[in-house]
Amino acid sequence: MNDSEVRPGQVSLAAAAALPEDADWNGPTIRYDLLKEVVIAIVVVALLTVGLAAIFSSPDETPTTIHQWSTADPGDFLTTALAELNGTSDVASYGQPYNATAGAAQKIGPISLQQIPGVRIPVNTANDFVLAPLAQQAETSPGLQAALSQFKAAPSSQQATWETNFGKALGKGHQTGKGTFTVARADDGPLPTMFASLLAMADSGALDAALTSSPNFYGTDYTKPLLFLADGSFLANRADAQHLSGDQWGMMNETGSYPGQAWLWLYTMWYQVEPFSSSGNADALVWGVMAVLTLLLLLVPFIPGLRDIPRLVPVYRLIWRDHYRRLDRSRAGDPGSDP
Amino acid sequence: MDASIVNLGHPGHYLHWGFIQLSLANGIVILSMVVVFVAALFLPFRSGKRSGR
Amino acid sequence: MTDLVGSETETTAPPSAPEPGDEAMWTARVRGAAMRTFPPGKLLPDRQPSYVASWIYVFGVLTVAALFMIIASGVLLVWKGPSWWHVSKVGLFINSIHLWSVELFFFFMVIHLWGKFFMAAWRGRRRATWVTGVICFVMSVGAAFTGYISQQNFDAQWIATQAKDGLNSVGIGAFFNVLNFGQMLLWHVLLLPAVVIAFVAFHVLLVRRRGVVHPLAERRRSAMHGISTGPDPTVARDGTLEDVR
Repeated sequence: MNDSEVRPGQVSLAAAAALPEDADWNGPTIRYDLLKEVVIAIVVVALLTVGLAAIFSSPDETPTTIHQWSTADPGDFLTTALAELNGTSDVASYGQPYNATAGAAQKIGPISLQQIPGVRIPVNTANDFVLAPLAQQAETSPGLQAALSQFKAAPSSQQATWETNFGKALGKGHQTGKGTFTVARADDGPLPTMFASLLAMADSGALDAALTSSPNFYGTDYTKPLLFLADGSFLANRADAQHLSGDQWGMMNETGSYPGQAWLWLYTMWYQVEPFSSSGNADALVWGVMAVLTLLLLLVPFIPGLRDIPRLVPVYRLIWRDHYRRLDRSRAGDPGSDP
Repeated sequence: MDASIVNLGHPGHYLHWGFIQLSLANGIVILSMVVVFVAALFLPFRSGKRSGR
Repeated sequence: MTDLVGSETETTAPPSAPEPGDEAMWTARVRGAAMRTFPPGKLLPDRQPSYVASWIYVFGVLTVAALFMIIASGVLLVWKGPSWWHVSKVGLFINSIHLWSVELFFFFMVIHLWGKFFMAAWRGRRRATWVTGVICFVMSVGAAFTGYISQQNFDAQWIATQAKDGLNSVGIGAFFNVLNFGQMLLWHVLLLPAVVIAFVAFHVLLVRRRGVVHPLAERRRSAMHGISTGPDPTVARDGTLEDVR
């Protein structure tokens, strides 16, 4: 039944079991080749991973580009771009770390951790997503240059009027083809010229290039194009179609039918329930909850009640059933048992 | 890129229970974990791994 | 003639003992503490207590094996750069190994956590083992996260633009910009794996230091002994064999 050998200097199972829990075990032992076990484990896991990789491969859905967005849904592209210009987009009104919008930062109770670092990743949506790319284009387009000059020279109240009227026109306009959109005339000043150019830039891929490029030639920072994409509906719709949206438990999911990140189940669960699901501070509150729960997991050994669950749910009796059988025989003084 | 024998690139299936939504793939992973855990508890483990030594 | 090359003098002390007068040296003290804490027989033992007899005990080493596969496949991905797997079938295959070894890593690690929880494996001055284990888990989630956003594909775009909200809401996003591919790739390839590996090593050393946790003492049900949750008070400490302490 067992092959434990009692060697010189070792005590009986019953005696060893009576030792304090922090004592070195000096009861019966078995041969256990740790390094062989490691090697076997590596071979087994290597075969498993290579097998799974060969059978299922891995997903690689091509990135969404601004070009795809503007050609497929120019209306949404233009509406988003206008929101960037007039400061009403999500990013424009985000708060730290992108800008200092009053009241935008999330809070946990009275504390706003979001505000503490300040504006460390400054993003001026009007300039970064609209005016600066157009200025690049305007170097070879006198008509666009004139429109931009007219816009920049106008007082902010005039700009606001143009933006409002252009927005209304956009709302009533319609897509006429891939990457093209028609709006009725309105009192919107240079905006139609500017946005027609911006749409053309987007359709040609020039806006992707402008936003992903770096003023220093080399770049690895995609903050601007990603924030712009995330402000629109195109990226979000693509995510929703792949069941990756927040309210679809998307944080756990992968594209296609691949397994995702099952270990994020508890983090995403809070977003599905009140009060988090309807709170403007959901992100901060969920982080707070998860920080507390993680701390509880970390400190299980110190928490009465929590650390007693293993005794109350006696899975241990299964794990150590052989040991308990032998221990009983050892205590009973069974001559056939191990010492 | 189609280097796989079984193509998992098509839209997935999702299980719904009340407010829970779980992808079939994740469901299989989680179920497998429970099965493996329970199996590990019940399967006999011959101590010393009897292959000699 | 004195032998000027350092030589072992005739002595009965083991070679690792400091020479007289050298005991206060930092090197000597660290070496002494290490040797006392991890004598070779404890660091790489040939034997385990007889109660180590359940398949639940293999999930720690399976987790480490999966980590080995993650690192090996990760090294190959580093070797050829972050664009390789998008343009090469071999690269895609290596990426697949990397992804599936991550899935297996978490699979085995969580089962290991379940097992250790139900064993109450923090008993007997093993609380640090539990704590370092949880840190390994949390840091691994972070390392995996930076991997997902380094993929340079649609999944990476979506995960990064969503995750930024959580991180920004608690002030972390200002310093840890998930939309900055360069920063995230470097964290993924260097900083976070270094932390994970360090804590895994620390965790394994702690297991070797204390040994595998003893079985929970069963509650005795016999009328003679009453209910007890501690070591059996009726068993003599001298056992039935010579007891060498």
